[in-house]
Amino acid sequence: MSLTLLYVQTLNGLQLGVLLFLIAAGLTLVFGVMDFINLAHGVQYMVGAYLAAMFTALTGSFFLGLILALATALAFGLVLEFLVFRHLYSRDHLDQVLATFGIILFLNQAVKLIWGAAPLSVPIPEALTGSVKLMDGLLYPIYRLAIIGSGLAIAVLLGILVSRTRIGMLVRAGATNAAMVSALGVDIGKLFMIVFGFGAMLAGFAGAMVAPVLSVEPGMGDNLLILTFVVIVIGGIGSVRGAFIAAILVGLVDTLGRSFGPALLAAVMNPSAASQAGRALAPMLIYILMAAVLFFRPAGLFPVRK
Amino acid sequence: MEKAVVSSSETAAPPAFLRREAVPLLLFALLLVVPFVARFFAESYLLSLFMRVMIFAIAALSLDLILGYGALVSFGHAAFLGFGAYAVGILAAHGITEATLQLPLALLSSAVFALVTGALSLRTKGVYFIMITLAFGQMAFFLAVSLAAYGGDDGMTLPGRSRLFGLPLLEDDRALYALIFLALGGCYLLSRSLVISRFGRVIRGARENPQRMAAIGFPLFRYQLTMYVIAGTMCGLAGFLFANQTGFVSPAYMTWQRSGELIVMVVLGGLGSLHGAILGAAAFLLLEEWLPDFTEHWKMIFGPFLVLVVLFARGGLLGALRRIGGRG
Repeated sequence: MSLTLLYVQTLNGLQLGVLLFLIAAGLTLVFGVMDFINLAHGVQYMVGAYLAAMFTALTGSFFLGLILALATALAFGLVLEFLVFRHLYSRDHLDQVLATFGIILFLNQAVKLIWGAAPLSVPIPEALTGSVKLMDGLLYPIYRLAIIGSGLAIAVLLGILVSRTRIGMLVRAGATNAAMVSALGVDIGKLFMIVFGFGAMLAGFAGAMVAPVLSVEPGMGDNLLILTFVVIVIGGIGSVRGAFIAAILVGLVDTLGRSFGPALLAAVMNPSAASQAGRALAPMLIYILMAAVLFFRPAGLFPVRK
Repeated sequence: MEKAVVSSSETAAPPAFLRREAVPLLLFALLLVVPFVARFFAESYLLSLFMRVMIFAIAALSLDLILGYGALVSFGHAAFLGFGAYAVGILAAHGITEATLQLPLALLSSAVFALVTGALSLRTKGVYFIMITLAFGQMAFFLAVSLAAYGGDDGMTLPGRSRLFGLPLLEDDRALYALIFLALGGCYLLSRSLVISRFGRVIRGARENPQRMAAIGFPLFRYQLTMYVIAGTMCGLAGFLFANQTGFVSPAYMTWQRSGELIVMVVLGGLGSLHGAILGAAAFLLLEEWLPDFTEHWKMIFGPFLVLVVLFARGGLLGALRRIGGRG
């Protein structure tokens, strides 16, 4: 029984992990390549979810809605880059924090204005409804498996893109030394724009994929954004591989810690103290993990060599 | 001819002291006048609004000490606000409402938290410093959420304001206003003397060129840690006052968004000028208070306003004022 719960929670943790990776991949590249702190990356995830909700309702098909949402999220990211972000690359981190904080305020309110403050729900696509029996007594929703699968597929594709293609090579070079890449004749402005748009699209994809299982509401990206920052800092800023490993790690630690932490503590102390301490410790675990990683490896697990 | 122009401009200009100190003097004069003017309008509303302004001015001021003068971007500064507030709340829950006991606990707990987290955080630099302070801020937040005995997620209402020597002196809004005003003035003067002292110059030197300062032989870690503890303690004072002003203590005081707002206040006002932090806190809170009167969607005005300040008003509001004021 408890072993079944362990499997289910591991899958849930994996799902949170791939979700975090999809958002973190764009953030870590934007951060690593452009040295740009984008607090507004979380609202791009939210915008993706809202776009998916809207287009699914319009077209009546989740997959058509997903494709339209991705295209719009990409376009939206590029517009934001053109209007605001490109003017901030050369500014210091504080200016970037302030301006992107302003964008969070604006967009959280804008979705309220357009779609209302009440949460939207998106139906799970027909083809992916129902559960699948993984083993005796272990049923798991197909759609959640699809989230994990698509996230892992994107991770593989992104890995190939970054390590095997020319544009990936430029991105990696940019993360190491953007000024040198620019001096070698690469149009760094265009590279930045591509990275930015791609990151916005990945975050939008994450939002669109979870729209059927979470409620789509204003501010849904805010707390996830902080988790994403934890992920990219643990992984090492600018490293896609680091982001992947850290995302899975954070997803598992957070999910398993919340469901099993109190029980584990109960083995060593009395139950009421354990449940109290467990409630306090479980949400803190990932931050303790991050502080510990930074203490022993101040540039993350997979630092990009500068 | 030339000589005449020079001399006339000299006589027309106000004394150098007044010109240099115009903004802080004006700010404090306005805050001093508020309770007298407020009597003729909605008194309790205006008093509580400007008490909040001054409390956040203290918090922003303390953040400016490390952020503006030390270039240490702390993204978990709201935690100290929480420590100060919870010192009041937890003692009050056990029947201790005496300010002379609550305040030392508020300051001491903030200082200890700053000492421990600062010692760990200052090992990292730049972005990693931002993130590790965020991590400690979040830990403090979740600690507060888990305190089921003290309201947990919902927070707790205080039985009343702190008593001074057993007397309910602070129950009167004007008395509390005066106390907060004095606290802000004291913190401002203390911060001014800190940043111009030798100690403050070492901190500023570390901001400009840490390698050189270390090479000269300053143990920067100890200096920065000391400043971090001072800033945390000062913010703990703001937390103590905040709990008294609202009569309520909750984990919402220490969310990461709150820490972000404190950074916004400091940068909005003008980094590294102390009275800029006061100006920024006032501008932020007053806009937040009054913009909703015009439209429910005021954040759609406020958000782009922040973006525009960053893009076009370098040096925040203070920088803009300086440019409007011309050369001076």
